[in-house]
Amino acid sequence: MQDRNGPESATRPGDSPAPAVQPPKAAERGMSSAQPAIELKGISKAFGPVQANKDISISVAPGTIHGIIGENGAGKSTLMSILYGFYRADRGEIFINGQKADITDSQAAIAAGIGMVFQHFKLVENFTVLENVILGAEDGRLLRPSLAKARRELKALASEYGLDVDPDAVIHDIGVGFQQRVEILKALYRQADILILDEPTGVLTPAEADQLFRILHRLKDEGKTIILITHKLREIMEATDTVSVMRRGEMVATRKTSDTGPEELAELMVGRKVLLRVDKTPAKPGADVLQIEDLKVTDESGVLRLKGIDLTLKAGEILGLAGVAGNGQSELLEVLGGMLPAVGTVTGRVRMKGEVLPLSGAAGDGKARRAAHIGHVPEDRQRAGLVMDFFAWENIAFGYHADAGYQRSGLFMDNQGLRREAADKMDRYDVRPPDPWLKAKSFSGGNQQKIVLAREIERKPSLLLVGQPTRGVDIGAIEFIHREIVALRDAGAAILLVSVELDEILSLSDRIAVMFDGKIMGERLPGETDEKELGLLMAGMNNAASGEAA
Amino acid sequence: MEKMPAWADVVLIPLISLILAAAISALVILFIGESPAEALNLMVTGALGSTYGWGYTLYYATNFIFTGLAVTVAFHARLFNIGGEGQAMIGGLGVAVACLYVPWPHWSLALVAACISGAVFGAAWAAIPAWLQAKRGSHIVITTIMFNFIAAAVLNYLLVNVMRPTGSMDPATERFAETIHLPTLHELLAPFSIAFSKAPPANVSFLVAILACVAVWALIWRTRLGYEIRAFGHTETGAVYAGISPVKIIVVTMLISGGLAGLMGINNVMGEAERLVLNATEGAGFIGIAVALMGRGHPAGVFLSAILFGFLYQGGAELALWTSIPRELIVVIQALVILFTGALDNMVRMPLQQVFAALRRKEST
Amino acid sequence: MTVFKSFLGATATLALTAGAALAEPAMIYDLGGKFDKSFNEAAFGGAQRWSEETGEEFYEIELQSEAQREQALRRFAERGANPIVMAGFAFADALGEVAPDYPDTKFVIIDMVVEEPNVRSVVFNEHEGSYLVGMLAAEASESGTVGFIGGMDIPLIRKFACGYAQGVKAVSPDAEIIANMTGTTPAAWNDPVKGSELTKAQISQGADVIYAAAGGTGVGVLQTAADEGILSIGVDSNQNYMHPGKVLTSMTKRVDNAVYDAFSEGADLEPGFVVMGLSNDGVGYAVDEHNEALITDDMTAAVEKASDDIASGAITVHDYTSDDSCPDLQF
Repeated sequence: MQDRNGPESATRPGDSPAPAVQPPKAAERGMSSAQPAIELKGISKAFGPVQANKDISISVAPGTIHGIIGENGAGKSTLMSILYGFYRADRGEIFINGQKADITDSQAAIAAGIGMVFQHFKLVENFTVLENVILGAEDGRLLRPSLAKARRELKALASEYGLDVDPDAVIHDIGVGFQQRVEILKALYRQADILILDEPTGVLTPAEADQLFRILHRLKDEGKTIILITHKLREIMEATDTVSVMRRGEMVATRKTSDTGPEELAELMVGRKVLLRVDKTPAKPGADVLQIEDLKVTDESGVLRLKGIDLTLKAGEILGLAGVAGNGQSELLEVLGGMLPAVGTVTGRVRMKGEVLPLSGAAGDGKARRAAHIGHVPEDRQRAGLVMDFFAWENIAFGYHADAGYQRSGLFMDNQGLRREAADKMDRYDVRPPDPWLKAKSFSGGNQQKIVLAREIERKPSLLLVGQPTRGVDIGAIEFIHREIVALRDAGAAILLVSVELDEILSLSDRIAVMFDGKIMGERLPGETDEKELGLLMAGMNNAASGEAA
Repeated sequence: MEKMPAWADVVLIPLISLILAAAISALVILFIGESPAEALNLMVTGALGSTYGWGYTLYYATNFIFTGLAVTVAFHARLFNIGGEGQAMIGGLGVAVACLYVPWPHWSLALVAACISGAVFGAAWAAIPAWLQAKRGSHIVITTIMFNFIAAAVLNYLLVNVMRPTGSMDPATERFAETIHLPTLHELLAPFSIAFSKAPPANVSFLVAILACVAVWALIWRTRLGYEIRAFGHTETGAVYAGISPVKIIVVTMLISGGLAGLMGINNVMGEAERLVLNATEGAGFIGIAVALMGRGHPAGVFLSAILFGFLYQGGAELALWTSIPRELIVVIQALVILFTGALDNMVRMPLQQVFAALRRKEST
Repeated sequence: MTVFKSFLGATATLALTAGAALAEPAMIYDLGGKFDKSFNEAAFGGAQRWSEETGEEFYEIELQSEAQREQALRRFAERGANPIVMAGFAFADALGEVAPDYPDTKFVIIDMVVEEPNVRSVVFNEHEGSYLVGMLAAEASESGTVGFIGGMDIPLIRKFACGYAQGVKAVSPDAEIIANMTGTTPAAWNDPVKGSELTKAQISQGADVIYAAAGGTGVGVLQTAADEGILSIGVDSNQNYMHPGKVLTSMTKRVDNAVYDAFSEGADLEPGFVVMGLSNDGVGYAVDEHNEALITDDMTAAVEKASDDIASGAITVHDYTSDDSCPDLQF
């Protein structure tokens, strides 16, 4: 849906209805400060029986950063999609700079001065920065004049807002932080005065995130209005002037950020008191469960993704693996979980309770790993951990479906038994709604994750591999998931936790190892380190010799 | 996303597609100066108005059920098997081999042997593209298409040079023995005092096709293999996560798919022609793709859409017999139905979804 | 549903009784379609000629599938069409099934023998006609290499090729004969582009006369031969007119006469076995104003003599289909 109406496809000639509101001219900006930049009045939107937005009203003053926070499924994305013209509200009105706006599609939104930076960038990978910026906003059939004009404007924008990007760099050669800047530049090039950012820090390192917030402040100082959608309380507290909290389609509160705190916001989001800190006792590490020596992984294009990993994991401890996405954590989890590369090669030695784990062939596949009592909550639960088009009860056996207990005879599966088991596990793991006949894709992220956890934890594994356990998961569910992981640790399992959320690593781990470029940069104890030190290690800078891996 | 009620998806969309196709066909017929009403009447009475018409409709439908199921099974593993045509050809060869070279005492034994032989031949023909896809990543669409041509050439060579009786002009095998003549629906229903026309070739294979539908349903939704096939079809990464070998699934699924296509031989080779002729499949393998698309991946849907296509074929034959609508335009009409019901699904779906969304909005206010 | 069905049944009965008025003859064309510029079209021409002369109508159908063979036969027979003529050997099997069920209907099958009391089987001695055009090809060739392009690779077409080769060898024993088939599927009957490619290939190998026995594919052969300045030989109908002065001759196979005769005799036609050969002008070679400049008197004399010898039995032209082999050509 979004791709179809994405900004790059939005400028087909002749199909953009004239927006009711013209973008404000620069000269008007100062005058209109009395008016809110954006005002929503009574917006409602239903998808079938689901009321995604219920009578939502907000008002954002120009030149401010306004945060919108809420759990997954609270209706944030729907609201922003209405503002950007992807959906039409069933009821309600939108005012931009005090004038009623009829936003019928993304074209109209752009014309009204709204720019959107999506969570997943919509850039053409093999185009240059400049080409991406003008894509869909070309001035005519010939590219050259547009490019020259864009180059001038890009230069002006870059210096005005501190958005340095090489206009001739090809997108796939530059980092995600820069790609995000290109998205922002795209919006600014289209004269956006209101910028909406959807979960902008999900892919960034802490340092990159800090830089982004500096840019946002600069934009604010220049008079732009910014709406920041996020689920991270810390970002709200650090970056915004005002914040609105959404819950179940409703706007439950709007606060000045300086008048509130994370505890209150979390409570507003979830609707009950939430424990933000993980409540756990110190670990009581037992015998070695997993020993990894000199593990190397080469992918299909011959690139060395793991460059010799040495790690030891003991029973009853949680080892957190920190790092920016793409530095080898995924490969490590996959090899341990039996998702061996189809073409590449894996070398090294991995022992599980003394037994060598095969690193190739059918003896090293997921089935064999499960037989060795290794549970795996994969990083990408939508593509790996669950079959989104399977019913919940079908997913409850995924990976264990060949177990004798799930067969009714040599030929048929015991579907009734599966349904009973699914109903039982969903009940115990508080999956909502607890209906085994719903497809996995109909559940929210948190509930999907609970299905995966129910499946893997209930098997009582000796080693649990957990990748991004709370990515796209709402706060209420995060608390539950963290508790279950700690409970499994307390029951004596070894847990290898991979997460890009430093907060999560710091609060959940008993020991932290940092990965960079396929290597372990160092190990730290959570009590003896901080975000800054870990951030440096994640960036590949190792200036401290203490706690180096043996 | 806005969703429609299930009944609209299953009933309304195919119905509207059919009506659209019929409307355009009517324009075509009008354009060449014939009466669309009369043509429709001819098609309906000719295909469904008598046991004679039903006999032909079901004969064609039997072919389409087998090839439609073949495509459907492969679809579930997200494999696009375009090779039903070639697999059915080679399956027919397997049927002919089983029928020609063993003196079966009774048709029932011969049918069992022909089923096995046809399925094995068809599966073997699908095995090579499957292996190439699984091990070498050669795209199965390309390889199965190519194997259709190879199958036609192999069959031609065998019929012209090896299997043709000496002195016969026709590139075809000799007739199978009279003892293994498969009972037609006329012969099957006679003991129950049900009068069914003697002429049409619909035969006991139709019952085998129904059994195949049930078997495919059980395979896909009741067995572990079906579970793995569907899981692999939805997400290959997920399959690897769950310890399901993609190589195994690709190969096994294609073997089953090819086997089902090969089974078609019992209907057209053993049941109808009672000998192996060139071009015996006549595009049924390709029609199977449309049947599978329209059948929405479910054997019951495949069964119904195969009947529809059987109707189109038989109705088209009646048009050819009694009107001066040229053969090519009859193909155009058939193709229009395939186009609307198969390929242009979204053209009907999207507006319909909007209609339902609008209705719902009205209800909620 | 039942009400609906019986209603349909009633209309079907009505339609049938309305249609069964007179004993009109029926013509069934094979899968190639009636406008194939060759075999089926010749049959259509015979039927058309009869219709124009008598003012009567006839039923006709172009087949779409194998299963329709028997279906069409039965449907026409049930409606009282008589006689029913079918163009093509492929009907033999279906006719063998159907003919006994309709003893009062006369059937005519062309190119095949079906031994039933109510069937007339018409066969042509294509190998004899091909022998004669082979002789002409050898006479006309200057390079000593001649070509043959067949349609689909089936015994009937090999019969053409084999007779042709024998005729070529009879004139110049050292001549080289290049034989190609267009394809192995029925599509080979209607692929002029492929025909054109094969013609170019044969020209590059030295052929300067090419005989096309390939249905619609032959159109491409004749066209390319004319473009490249070599001679070609048409088939079935007289195709000399297509490229005047560039088509050496055509091996005529008078399918139209067979159909015309059958239609004219009507329901009273005599069943049995009819051979259309050189003796009764069933096959032959065409000479008209378009190619008379190409055929010298010597050539005519030689071919006429051979024709007489074949008719008298002094020369035997080998029939490929009699033993599936050809002494003068390797396939």
